[in-house]
Amino acid sequence: MLTDPGYLFVQFLNGLQFSMLLFLLSVGLSVTFGLMNFVNLAHGALYACGAFIGYSIAVWTGSFWAAFLLAPLAVCVIGAVLYGVLIRQVRSAGPLTQVLLTFGLIFIFLDAFRVIWGDLALGVSAPTLLATNIHIFGQTYPLYRLFLIALGLAVYLILWLALERTNIGAMVRASVDNAEMASCLGVNVERLFFAVFCTGCLLAGLAGVAAAPIFSVYPGMDLEILIPTLIVVVIGGLGSLKGAIVGSLLIGMLQTFGQVLIPQLAGSLSYILLGATLILRPEGLFPARAH
Amino acid sequence: MRKTFMASAVLAAALTLPAQAADYKVGLLLPYSGVYASLGNDITAGFNLAVEHFGKDLGDDTLTLVQEDTEVKPPVGLAKARKLVLQDKVDAISGIVSSGVLAALRDFVHQTETPLVVANAGNDQMTGERCSPYIIRVSFSNGQVNRPMGPWLVEKGVKKIYTLAPDYAAGRQMIEAFSKSFTEAGGEIVGGQFTPFRKTKDFGPYLTAAAASGADGIFVFYAGGEAIGFVKQYGEFGINEKMPLYGSGWLTSPLYVGAEGKAADGVITSLNYSPSIENPENERFQKDYMAAHDRAASEYAVQGYDAGRLIVEAIKASGGDKAAFKKNLSKVKFSGPRGPLEIDPATNNIVQNIYIYETKVAEDGSTSQEILDTVEAVRDAPNGCQMN
Repeated sequence: MLTDPGYLFVQFLNGLQFSMLLFLLSVGLSVTFGLMNFVNLAHGALYACGAFIGYSIAVWTGSFWAAFLLAPLAVCVIGAVLYGVLIRQVRSAGPLTQVLLTFGLIFIFLDAFRVIWGDLALGVSAPTLLATNIHIFGQTYPLYRLFLIALGLAVYLILWLALERTNIGAMVRASVDNAEMASCLGVNVERLFFAVFCTGCLLAGLAGVAAAPIFSVYPGMDLEILIPTLIVVVIGGLGSLKGAIVGSLLIGMLQTFGQVLIPQLAGSLSYILLGATLILRPEGLFPARAH
Repeated sequence: MRKTFMASAVLAAALTLPAQAADYKVGLLLPYSGVYASLGNDITAGFNLAVEHFGKDLGDDTLTLVQEDTEVKPPVGLAKARKLVLQDKVDAISGIVSSGVLAALRDFVHQTETPLVVANAGNDQMTGERCSPYIIRVSFSNGQVNRPMGPWLVEKGVKKIYTLAPDYAAGRQMIEAFSKSFTEAGGEIVGGQFTPFRKTKDFGPYLTAAAASGADGIFVFYAGGEAIGFVKQYGEFGINEKMPLYGSGWLTSPLYVGAEGKAADGVITSLNYSPSIENPENERFQKDYMAAHDRAASEYAVQGYDAGRLIVEAIKASGGDKAAFKKNLSKVKFSGPRGPLEIDPATNNIVQNIYIYETKVAEDGSTSQEILDTVEAVRDAPNGCQMN
């Protein structure tokens, strides 16, 4: 089985697809972390919001693509409201208050999902265009998963261009590096933070709606993805795009190949990598901030 | 969550000559919040329907129900059981979805001699080595549901199987029971894995491994959200075209099968109930359940229904004598929607039919279950159970 290149290739695609999902989630979390030292544990809840809202839009309109476009925007609006009502108040209150507040939000969202959508897992169909499979190396692979891989790569490319090639990108990088200095140079760090926060929410919502056809939608899906996402952020290093993509690929591949090659260890492999990173490179692999 | 309500009123007893009359109180201990809340609600709905169907002629006796929420947490379940027994002074407890909660309650109900009528949790040990005269199970044991599939598959020419199940006590018990009966009948387990429970959403890596294993088919136990994810992905990877899927019936439960789509077509599973069983009891049960709740009754609802009926029948047989009631609970026999039921005196586990059925998905997406075979009166071996 292990010498079969088709088998290994399909497992590689499985790993890549999980990595891309982790990337969509971790990049927003990582940059908000890095930019303002803000810890948002409710990031996973926004991912679940994307999935639930996407489910409802798909049911109402009968179109997955409508859900795919609208659900991330809706999550972005929810994020903006959360920011205005709660998060702005605790911006300078220190990590403990932030963790407690956003941890509490997880439970509020969880109950809200249960009240509105119930406890049963809800299925979302992939769009007809992608609800088929293709044959590669004598193996069958779902087209929708290839779409998810392409989506992750496209988002990476767009973010890379935005951060490296635009003025706003330069301001974000400068603020991550040294917020006070950037502020002195005339960057409105607060407004920048708001924009980055909303982009993070948008991507979390996108990840949620994109994951819905594969994983189905249920209360508690946020907690399941939050832990690997946090591990990616810590391994990759705070605030960096490169860290988010490399961390996602490491964890995604490790989980996927770990599950089939050494199943006894599958649950702990990513924690072992996390521990090793913390010992050898406490700042993560590619921290954005110079020290 | 506390709701106390009269399940049945006292009827005028002018025509009878009651020797004694007793007021029975039964605690329904179920998850009403958390991941299994929908199961708790289904079991309660079934239980109430049974009281409605069979509890009208209790004579001078009365039956009151007290509901408590276990939150699917063993310590909470135990605290609620204490409250039911010590404060509400219930005569029996019924419900229990999770095997973990059942294990936590076992010593308490055994010591306080409180009958516990289990309406779901399938932990083999609780009617095996840790059995108790006070634990009476009307649902199933994990082994009971899966054992019949082993010889059945071998008979149909399926010789090599790859197994998958979530990595927790129930998942392991189900797969062990199947693997044992399958290999004893001459089959071969060519591989298998236990996937991290409630952490696995992407079955792609496991399905890819199963497809490459050279097995004739895959046998799995998955329920709830995991079942939906698993069956959908089984279709997405195109494995449904080359390798048939077998399992325990929760995989294609009517509760979730709609969300699984075309991939569920042709999946063959075994369970203690299917809505398509043809008998008058099932017809009445499904019709009245549909009228009250606007959806078909699930395998969980039928277990609540039979638990309710067992308790009502035991009350009727006891003539107001509460000591006799405790003993009669395990002696009641009847034919319900699942077919003939009785409690095995050796283990206090139910003896019932196991149905092997195929799920059919029509072009318009509607689903139905076709019963291929009925394995009658499946009884567990005592597995170290000593009743005393």
